[in-house]
Amino acid sequence: MLLFGRLADLAGWRVREFEPAPATLSALRARIAEIDANLAEALTGPGVQVALDKALVRGDPALSGVRELAFLPPMSGG
Amino acid sequence: MIRLADQPFDPAAELAVFSAGRAETGAIVSFTGLVRAEGGEAETLELEAYPGFTDAKIAEFVAEATERFGLQAVRIVHRTGRMAVGEPVVFVAVAAAHRRAAFEGCDYLMDYLKSRAPFWKKSHGPAGAAWIEPTTQDADDLARWEAARSTSAHSRESGDPGFLGPVETPALFDKTPGSPLPRG
Repeated sequence: MLLFGRLADLAGWRVREFEPAPATLSALRARIAEIDANLAEALTGPGVQVALDKALVRGDPALSGVRELAFLPPMSGG
Repeated sequence: MIRLADQPFDPAAELAVFSAGRAETGAIVSFTGLVRAEGGEAETLELEAYPGFTDAKIAEFVAEATERFGLQAVRIVHRTGRMAVGEPVVFVAVAAAHRRAAFEGCDYLMDYLKSRAPFWKKSHGPAGAAWIEPTTQDADDLARWEAARSTSAHSRESGDPGFLGPVETPALFDKTPGSPLPRG
């Protein structure tokens, strides 16, 4: 799992392995909430997008077969 | 070619490589963006990209610009990491048969890079560090192209190849009859 921008600053880390991988995005969010409730809340904040293997997704997708999940805060542009 | 560079790069060298050996190119327009001091508020700028995601998104802009303006080639170098005031952040060069397409293609790409490219930007200054969100100006810059899209689609249907539209072009040049227009 990858964090970018202010989400990474808030968490104090950018990359973290979850083994075994949670079955769904909501299960992953629950796991994160056990570790860091502030971060879990920030990950549901306005404008935060989720990418699975570098493709944006919505809703509560299954994570089976997913190698990389990223939480993307609002982008600044170049 | 799209490159995310985590080290300083030389825009002049990029332009030289891009310009070499172009027999059918009449125009190259390039743009270099530098880190601005913001009146002393910014000392360094930090840009974070998501490799594989950020460059894929930029490749979409390049494909759109290539189709829309008939570009022959595009070279984009975008810095990541921390950079000092005055350092190049972004370099865009476009090649086309004629200058209008090259100017507009470069302008279009910069507007999309500034407002839609997936980067996270942090400004470090004497007052501390702050993440930067997209500005209203960036959104306005994009709106120009969104509005022009319907106009250019219309002019294409009516057989006009120009980007200025069928009305302004003749009016502009009617005032100087006989003056040769530079080709390029």
